[in-house]
This record gives sequence, C-alpha cells and structure tokens, in this order.
Amino acid sequence: MGYVKGLKCRECAKTYPAEAIYVCEFCFGSLEVDYDYEAIRKVLTRKKIESGPSSLWRYRDLLPINGEPTVGFYSGFTPLVKANRLAEELGVRELYIKDDSVCHPTLSFKDRVVAVALSKAKELGFDTVACASTGNLANAVSAHGAWAGLKRYIFIPHDLEQAKVLGTLVYAPNLITVRGNYDDVNRLCSEIAAKYNWAFVNINIRPYYAEGSKTFGFEVAEQLGWRTPDHLVCPAASGSLLVKIWKGFKEFEKLGLIGPVKTALHCAQPQGCSPIAEAILSKSDAIRLVRPKTIAKSLAIGNPADGYYARDAVNASGGTAGIASDEEIVEGIQLLAKTEGIFTETAGGVTVAVAKKLIEEGKIAKNQSVVIAITGNGLKTQEAIQSSLGGALEIDPQLKSFEEKVLISSKL
Amino acid sequence: MSIKVRIPTPLQKLTQDRAEVEANAKNVQDLIEQLNKSYPGIKDRICDENGSIRRFVNIFVNEEDFRFLKKEQTPLKDGDEVSIVPAIAGG
Repeated sequence: MGYVKGLKCRECAKTYPAEAIYVCEFCFGSLEVDYDYEAIRKVLTRKKIESGPSSLWRYRDLLPINGEPTVGFYSGFTPLVKANRLAEELGVRELYIKDDSVCHPTLSFKDRVVAVALSKAKELGFDTVACASTGNLANAVSAHGAWAGLKRYIFIPHDLEQAKVLGTLVYAPNLITVRGNYDDVNRLCSEIAAKYNWAFVNINIRPYYAEGSKTFGFEVAEQLGWRTPDHLVCPAASGSLLVKIWKGFKEFEKLGLIGPVKTALHCAQPQGCSPIAEAILSKSDAIRLVRPKTIAKSLAIGNPADGYYARDAVNASGGTAGIASDEEIVEGIQLLAKTEGIFTETAGGVTVAVAKKLIEEGKIAKNQSVVIAITGNGLKTQEAIQSSLGGALEIDPQLKSFEEKVLISSKL
Repeated sequence: MSIKVRIPTPLQKLTQDRAEVEANAKNVQDLIEQLNKSYPGIKDRICDENGSIRRFVNIFVNEEDFRFLKKEQTPLKDGDEVSIVPAIAGG
C-alpha cells in the first residue's frame, strides 16, 4: 500500500486529492505530494530498503504510488563510483561520481522520474503520455512508454542533438519538433495539457514525476553507508533534481535512517543559461529569465520552474553555485573520461567543471567528501566534443607501418 | 476585434469552464482589471496582495514572455493573443 495523503500547495498549504493536477487554484503555487510520515516511520528501515529490488523501487514507501510499481523495474540504483584519479587531479581527499550515465534503459536520470510518472499515470487511468523535453526525457518517456504499451506524444525543440532525436524515434512515439527553444516548447505543452486529457509527465503529472528524483539522493546516502556527503554538486535546468535530492536527504534524516544532514548542495549551470546560479551568487530575490545560449542543451531552460525552490535548497544547505563556459564544459567531459573512464554528456561536463572551480576557490575544502552528480551519457551529445578530440592514427596492415607510424610518433 | 486570452485550467472555474475569452485592454495590467470585471475574483488569483503578478504566473503576449517585454506595462492591441500559463511546468 502507499502512504500518499494527497497533494499540498508549497506556497499556501491548501490540500488537494492525489489527481492529475499540478497547480494550486488559489495562488498558482506548486503542488507537492504529502505523505503520512508517521506510518512510513513504523515500517521503513535500512534493512527493508537493503532487501528491496536493485532499482529505484527499493524506496517505494517514499514514492507516490498506491499500488505496485508497473514501470521501470530496472531503473535507478546506478553505481556510486569512488573517483580516486579525479580526486587526485582536483586535489580532494574523498570524491565520488554518482553515475546516472548508465541508468536503464535510456542512460540518464530521467529514467527515474519517468518510472514513477508512468506508474502513476497508469494508476490514474491514462492511456496517453506526453512531455516537453530537451532530449533525455524524450528518450525516457518514449522507451518506458513503449514497454508499458502507452501512446506517446513527445515535444522537443527543433535543434536538439542528433542522438537525442534518434534515441527517441527508435521507440516509435509521436515525436514533434517545435520551432522554438525549450521554453517555447514548454509553454505550448502547458496549453496543450490544458486542452487534452493526456498525462504530461512534467506538467499535470509533475508532482509525482518529480518525486522520482529523490531516489538519486536516497541512493547516494545508502551507497555511502547511510550518510550524506559534505558536498554534492548538482546540475540544474529546471532546478527540480537539486530540490528533490535535498528533500530525499531530509526525508531520510526525518525518518531516522541517517544522522543529521550536513551536506552543502551546490548548483552547477552553464554560462549562457544560468538564471538559478546567478540568483544564488548575487543573492538576488528574483530569478531573472534568460534566453539560453549554451552547448549544454539539456540544461537550456531560461525560465526554470523550480528556480526559487532550488535557490532556497542551496541556501538552506549552506551551498553555493558555479557557472561553466562552453570551453570548460568540454574540458570537464574529457577530464572525467580520461581519469575515471566515464563518458558524460554536456550537463555532466558542467558539473565536473563547476566542482573543479569550487575546489580551486576553496568553497569545497580539500579534506571533505564530495559527490558529483552525473546525470546523462556522452554518447548522446557527441557533437559537443567532436572538434576537441585528436584523431586516430591510421596505418597500413604491416608491422613496418605500425613501427614507423605508431611507435615512433608516440616516442616523440 | 479584441484581445484573445487563453485561460489556464486552474482559472477556468471562474470563466465558466471557458479556455479562451476575449477582452479589450491597453496593457497587461489593464487586461487583468478588465478580466476581473467580467470574471470577478480572477485578479486575486493572478496577482499577489500588492497587486503584482505572482512569480508563479507566466503571461505571454503573442508567444513572448511578458517579463522579456515591458512586464505589466506591456502594451496590447486588437488582435493580440495573450496566454496565461502556470510557471510550474517542465524540466
């Protein structure tokens, strides 16, 4: 059984039944799932979680479904990699990569949120799912939706990376490219969602969908041996992942599964689309909209839905923010690949670059533990680094050619 | 001719379930006042206690975010299309 009491407005606390709604009718605040934590406390233990499935559904008691999960049985529970070489390179003692570049089945953290969103959509009786996406979500909704036998309408900006388009089309959804940027796609989808009775995972199903991101934080805490790190660097687009990682840590703390949370949460954004990071760094009250211009297309949201909440979570945690240029993003991707053997997409390049900066600036102390959140796979954004990589050496199929061209050139 | 206004689901109870209404107004601020005359109570939903448009409300004039234009003072003319959209979506 589930422990959802209903939905509650984050702004005015008005309560609603757990339906496919996402906005408070009275103040336009965001609706959030309200759980019966007292009941959860009675049943949830570390042991119960540890004996659960090797997927995000091991945290099912803290996820917003009533019945059994129906989608995403293999999603989540990705490796937490001890990153010794990168730690040495950056000059910190204890560094980990939480590696969602290998999340099943579409290689990004969006498999988590979609597993929850589609399980909920089915529970609510929908036969059609939809989303506005910068690419990773498009892949995840298309794939999980195919497995679940749902009709799918996927909306993306017209200029996405080829691999994200192809990695959506292969699952045979209805893919619609919109002549505009992500913020345009998002506005259009809000209007479509108001008119058609579909389960838009990041619109009318968003309160449930977003809860899936908590599992990223739950796993970090469990995999570190039931503790949270001193620092966690997280990329931000809408800001939702960051907000939910923080919520996940605080839920574990509230339920006594871990000790007091002393993690400083840091927000990483690309130059050319950093409205949340800029508000944090300038201590501004308002999040100022931007028109995105960055190679990190999965982070290119100029009007971030959870911007204010992300800023508040960072401030509550005592963290800060950092901004990475396109060049630094490419360097970040290559640094992670050559030290840890992990190939991440541009968003991961942002996170690595910002972690590096925060360490250099002394905002992350060298003797503390750090987790870098890697949310997507580099095979999807190859265009971004193509021109920065050296080529292969081409030789004739002869020993002589090998010795002349390879051995001699590598001695130089 | 007048201005077409798309109404989001959370406000449609006030517009007798209509997803699109028409109004005449000289700018965004005035539009909200005019809507409030036809659909009493709508202003309190869109604006906070100081009369400013809530931070979780996005208003688009011909597909452009009003915060990129002249905000509440963004001028309107006959034939314009305005869309009121909750900000908590996407990502």
